[in-house]
Amino acid sequence: MVEFATALLAVAAAFVVFAVVALYRVFVGPTIHDRVIAVNVMGTNTVIAIALVSAAFDEPVFLDVALVYALLNFLLSIAFSKFNVEHGGVL
Amino acid sequence: MTPVEWAIVGLAVLGAFFGGVAALGIVRLPDVYTRAHAASKSDTLGAVLAVGAAALALQTDLSTIKAVFLLTFMFLTNPTAAHAIARAAQDQGIEPWTVDEEGES
Repeated sequence: MVEFATALLAVAAAFVVFAVVALYRVFVGPTIHDRVIAVNVMGTNTVIAIALVSAAFDEPVFLDVALVYALLNFLLSIAFSKFNVEHGGVL
Repeated sequence: MTPVEWAIVGLAVLGAFFGGVAALGIVRLPDVYTRAHAASKSDTLGAVLAVGAAALALQTDLSTIKAVFLLTFMFLTNPTAAHAIARAAQDQGIEPWTVDEEGES
């Protein structure tokens, strides 16, 4: 644990709070695209929080988790938008 | 504190600021295209600043390279995903929000 870890953990907590704020748009979003954008932002904030926790506790292994999470997040957004176009908004 | 530690804390706080702007835009903006704008611009900048702070804070060589790779990946894919979603919305015929004659949504 490095000495300025408290600041990094506070910023990670702030990003978790912003992800919870974006959850509002997942619930009330008028179209499916609003929901997908909000879920994408939540995933991005999760990746940032994982990377900051990795830096705060000095555990480089967590960065692999963040990388895989970022890949899955991107894949989810692309798959949802393509699925929505080709199948006419099933969800 | 050393200048590097000041840089780390400053980058992290700036990233948190832009993440807050992105969350505000997601909640407050009027339609799907403006929300995609907030998600692709502000959230990408906040992500790059915060992961840059993490990359500076991690001292070993390999993890710094990993963090920079994560930063570059998010810098490329986050606007691409927002663009794909906005394009799907436009293909389904969702009209962009405009101010009409009464001046209210």
